[in-house]
Amino acid sequence: MRRAVPVGIGFLQKITKNGAKNFRDRRSENSSGQLALNCSNPLIFGRGKIVLEVKNLSVSIGGRQILDDLDLTVRDGEVAALMGPNGSGKSTLSHVLAGRKDDTVETGEVLLNGESLLNLEPDARAAKGLFLAFQYPVEIPGVATLTFLKAALNAQRKQRGQEEFSTPDFMKRVKALAGKLKISQDMLKRALNAGFSGGEKKRMEILQMALLEPAFAILDETDSGLDIDALRVVADGVNALRSPARGFLIITHYQRVLDYVVPDIVHVMAQGRIVRSGGKELAVELEKSGYRDYVAEPAVA
Amino acid sequence: MPAVQETVDRVKAIGVSEYKYGFFSDIESEKAPKGLNEDTVRFISAKKDEPAWLTEWRLGAYRRWLTMREPRWARVDFPKIDYQDLYYYSAPKTAAGPKSLDEVDPELLKVYAKLGIPLREQEALAGIGPDRRIAVDAVFDSVSVVTTFREELARAGVIFCPVSEAVHSHPDLVQKYLGSVVPTTDNFYATLNSAVFSDGSFVYVPPGVRCPMELSTYFRINEQNTGQFERTLIIADKGSYVSYLEGCTAPKRDENQLHAAVVELIALDDAEIKYSTVQNWYPGDADGRGGIYNFVTKRGDCRGANSKISWTQVETGSAITWKYPSCILRGDNSRGEFYSIAISNGRQQVDSGTKMIHLGKNTTSRVISKGISAGRSQNTYRGQISAHRKATGARNFTNCDSLLIGNSCGAHTVPYIESKTPSAQFEHEATTSKISEDQLFYCMQRGISGEEATALIVNGFVRDVLQQLPMEFAVEAQKLIAISLEGSVG
Ligand SMILES: Nc1ncnc2c1ncn2[C@@H]1O[C@H](COP(=O)(O)OP(=O)(O)OP(=O)(O)O)[C@@H](O)[C@H]1O
Ligand SMILES: [Mg+2]
Repeated sequence: MRRAVPVGIGFLQKITKNGAKNFRDRRSENSSGQLALNCSNPLIFGRGKIVLEVKNLSVSIGGRQILDDLDLTVRDGEVAALMGPNGSGKSTLSHVLAGRKDDTVETGEVLLNGESLLNLEPDARAAKGLFLAFQYPVEIPGVATLTFLKAALNAQRKQRGQEEFSTPDFMKRVKALAGKLKISQDMLKRALNAGFSGGEKKRMEILQMALLEPAFAILDETDSGLDIDALRVVADGVNALRSPARGFLIITHYQRVLDYVVPDIVHVMAQGRIVRSGGKELAVELEKSGYRDYVAEPAVA
Repeated sequence: MPAVQETVDRVKAIGVSEYKYGFFSDIESEKAPKGLNEDTVRFISAKKDEPAWLTEWRLGAYRRWLTMREPRWARVDFPKIDYQDLYYYSAPKTAAGPKSLDEVDPELLKVYAKLGIPLREQEALAGIGPDRRIAVDAVFDSVSVVTTFREELARAGVIFCPVSEAVHSHPDLVQKYLGSVVPTTDNFYATLNSAVFSDGSFVYVPPGVRCPMELSTYFRINEQNTGQFERTLIIADKGSYVSYLEGCTAPKRDENQLHAAVVELIALDDAEIKYSTVQNWYPGDADGRGGIYNFVTKRGDCRGANSKISWTQVETGSAITWKYPSCILRGDNSRGEFYSIAISNGRQQVDSGTKMIHLGKNTTSRVISKGISAGRSQNTYRGQISAHRKATGARNFTNCDSLLIGNSCGAHTVPYIESKTPSAQFEHEATTSKISEDQLFYCMQRGISGEEATALIVNGFVRDVLQQLPMEFAVEAQKLIAISLEGSVG
């Protein structure tokens, strides 16, 4: 993770003091008074402890600002949906949380179960329980899926000081999970994601999530490109993992998936920040009216 | 790939750019005087008590060599070698000819124990099924110090001994086949080798015999400023089969060391030779100081009909590699194979590949080359496929993939294809790819460290070739790959 500015606690406070006013002003202008602040939302009060906390996060890629002073909180046991127009920065947020190197964190803080993530390598973040189901899973030619899964699981366990799984124990776990997700043994022997169909890749992401049992999982458009049956299989997989000790951030464009995986809260992202939060009905509303209320008029050149 | 994690652990355990085999053993040696002239050649020949024909053969090669120039067409770059500033013969003082293990200097045995090479037959047996035993010929600097399992092999009729001994015990075979695949005039380094070769392995498998175990030679360069010139000669008589493994290491030194070996393979009718190499000579340090110059000529002659020769190599060491294990497909329906993994890191330079020379009818060949470049290294695949006018129905398939790690290395592919018969079918596939940031990020998001992810991806990349190696070597090779790529991530 490259960082443009060192972010210590003291530094953060300074930003908040000097920047907060300015930031609120801008926000109320852009969202035409529709903004519902997280802290006043009854849906997320009185629930589990905070698993993910993003504070004042600003990120640029190649000099262009993509995330703009973003705040987001997800609690244990909560399924949060994240919606928003193309290019609003949803995948970027997921990448930054996971620790991709392309993104430059200008300011802000990310805490997972109270621990700061931004100075950790992606593999250390994974071992602390962060999982990202990629919007575009990457092909790893020549590396058998089973080999990869075992390497991943045992690498995490090792980092956490847990005992590694033996091959038979590991196989038992994978086979049981693969069966539920309708993933064939044959697919497990093939090279990871190499030549997998879009739907197969997405199911493989869910298999990995189920195997790794993260504390906090981000699903970036896992529902896109799935047929009805596959969508149900994937949704069942997610629901099976819902637990009071786990948080989810489900990035999606369609409210349909939210009929299967019912969210506790829906956040709307536009131009690099959360511009509105509400209950499940917000997703239904967006489906009807689109994002025009949240997107600024294109600047006239 | 259960070895991956183990690989990474091992990499970590040895620390950054540590060459595990880099120790020097203080063993007293006897050397020829420095420099090269006819007296040096005679000295070496006399040391080995060679017959007159061989002394003359060496001298002929030496005279020829004086008229030759070093090849300059390879994509490698190194300062001029002063051939008068080298020793051409060095032998441990105590190893005057091969003996039984009990007579071998215990200091030497310690060296091989440290290298993990089982020289005691009981050790070789421990924990390994009887079908997985390996007979070892241990070559230390210029001489063979011990060869294991000889009696058992002899019962099967297989001759496995140092070439210097075969000159005396089987002079007719040596005289018939030595230089029959790589003539003394072949090229600068092979000709030099013919003049001053020291020792190496000799194998003869009689007609119809399937060699009952893997044969292997383990080369160790120990002495400073000493050129290493082994000569290996393997003959598989009609209908026989042999699998042969070669391993090599050397101490870490700041000077470069010259290694110019010649390997000749002869397969008669229906015979098959499988030759595997895991080459791990000292590669030099990160700044390119030291390391072995590995200028080697390896060639197999499928002399008989339906014969087959298969080269498999894992090249991880050496500062410079200049090496093209080749097959002459002379017998009708004969087959040549070349499977190669060549890894370069740091400042290593590799120019390697193969030649498949189709002479007989319906001859087939297959070339699978995987080049991996990291650090500031340069890695070139150079391959020649040719079909003679009479080689009707010749077929070749070549697949040549390069993988780049980082932005400061280079991969190059130089194929030469030449066909004088319209019925030949040559196919060539080549790809160059990079381990992408996206792949690394994906693996790391799952908890796999950058280094382990690289090893995983590289092992995936070379899988087709690893599968060709005998099992023990495949495991060893996997570990080596990770070790040699250490420090290439980040
Ligand atoms: N590597 C990059 N280089 C330059 N710009 C980038 C890069 N990655 C993302 N962006 C830009 O950042 C913005 C946000 O992209 P992001 O992928 O996060 O959007 P998204 O909300 O996930 O969109 P979608 O709904 O289409 O998936 C886009 O304008 C995109 O072009
Ligand atoms: Mg996206």
